[in-house]
Amino acid sequence: MAYSDKVLDHYNHPRNVGALDKKDPNVGTGMVGAPECGDVMKLQIKVNPDTGVIEDAKFKTFGCGSAIASSSLATEWLKGKSVDEALAIKNTDIVTELALPPVKIHCSVLAEDAIKAAIDDYKTKSALPAQVGAAV
Amino acid sequence: MKFPIYLDNHATTAVDPRVVQAMLPYFTEIYGNAASRNHAFGWGAEEGVEKARKQIADLIGANSKEIIFTSGATESNNLAIKGVAQMYAEKGNHIITAATEHKAVLDTCKHLEKEGFRVTYLPVQGSGAVDLDMLRDAITDKTILVSIMYANNEIGYVQPVAEIGKICKERGVLFHTDGVQAVGKIPVNVIADNIDLMSITAHKLYGPKGVGALYVRRKNPRVQLTAQMDGGGHERGMRSGTLNVPGIVGLGEACALAQQSMPEEMARHRALRDRLHAKLATIEESYVNGSMESRLPHNLNMSFAYVEGESLLMGINDIAVSSGSACTSATLEPSYVLKALGLGDDLAHTSIRFGIGRFTTEEEIDYVANKMIEVVEKLRELSPLWEMFKEGVDLSKVEWVAH
Repeated sequence: MAYSDKVLDHYNHPRNVGALDKKDPNVGTGMVGAPECGDVMKLQIKVNPDTGVIEDAKFKTFGCGSAIASSSLATEWLKGKSVDEALAIKNTDIVTELALPPVKIHCSVLAEDAIKAAIDDYKTKSALPAQVGAAV
Repeated sequence: MKFPIYLDNHATTAVDPRVVQAMLPYFTEIYGNAASRNHAFGWGAEEGVEKARKQIADLIGANSKEIIFTSGATESNNLAIKGVAQMYAEKGNHIITAATEHKAVLDTCKHLEKEGFRVTYLPVQGSGAVDLDMLRDAITDKTILVSIMYANNEIGYVQPVAEIGKICKERGVLFHTDGVQAVGKIPVNVIADNIDLMSITAHKLYGPKGVGALYVRRKNPRVQLTAQMDGGGHERGMRSGTLNVPGIVGLGEACALAQQSMPEEMARHRALRDRLHAKLATIEESYVNGSMESRLPHNLNMSFAYVEGESLLMGINDIAVSSGSACTSATLEPSYVLKALGLGDDLAHTSIRFGIGRFTTEEEIDYVANKMIEVVEKLRELSPLWEMFKEGVDLSKVEWVAH
């Protein structure tokens, strides 16, 4: 299968590879997929609690080149967006940007799911009352 | 070094230039129809065909008359299995094969199941070996054919063919073997191995594509087949169709060359394979698929845990190999052969098959090994599974959000 130049670029120079501190209340972590299916994506966002803007995003992906490119692109797009803007990212945007062939559409779906899972995790965490220093 | 490096010799091989030379006159000078009995063009073509028949027979310990030419191993497998099933249908309706066979055998068996035949698909052990006791137990008085491949195309496992042949002979059941990966690579002898039918193809042993053969035993027992192609009654009535004379001459020459160079070539392949294995085994969490004990000397199949196969292929794009990963197949299912060994889907997704060939050099092997080590390391930096493994997380206990 021939890959688009953009997929190759993300594969060869993945953006924002790494990990954020899972325990940080401002960090949301989403992990989707399964090793048996051949792809697992872990996507993390760090949100500024005052502005609600995503300040940082990191990913790690086990999967084919298109899965790596989809998640790398997702982290690029997430940075600087508000949480609500981030929720508006659709898998079809990723398909168009990376020129993914039909057999690779599931990679873009996985990336969208990872974004949503990370945001869910962040929202769940930030809705909890602060544990430290809570009244006895 | 010339790029890309070709290490996919189980898929196909380059045609040996000596084979090409042998074939050339049969395109433009000796171009007669081998069935034309009344002029020199036909006689010349027939002579070429008969020489090739002898070269093939010599390589496998057969008689020339036992070689039937076909278009390749898929046709040979179809002819052998369907031909026997239909010819001996009155004797019984049961066929035994194994889970790790090539699709040309498995799908032929499935086709026969729809026609009312019963097929037993034997499971294999972790090494890839068919369990001989299981085979013995599976044979009934309705069994007419056992079809077990000589050597596997993915993991290179060489089955105990002589023992399988002996069991079949004792029980009066015909034994077919798909010899595609073994013939010309390791010693194969149809008498010693008690083989009744064997499929061969030219393009896996440095011959051209589109030509193959089926060995059909003529004595003890005399095997009969129902033809699958009707027409002029060529090839003792078993396979009609004008013979592909240049292709057949190429197959013959390829067999002769393989026979001459086999001991030297096997040793050279094994040394290169062991060199590659030794280097790749230094990668943490790498696993050999199959067995190093009973393996084709030019085969290596390894899994590199936590690195998906297709992304690995993308990183080594100046090397031609293949992967058991789902992403490289049309079905999105990982290799059924590796799964039959008991390998989890996760490891099957991370497998790479290396096939060393006549033209592989030590320099190429060293390049491939170093590149593999570099790319596996790079992709593990990207892999959340590798990160979890390093943190001591038991991945089998994680609840995955499958999609």
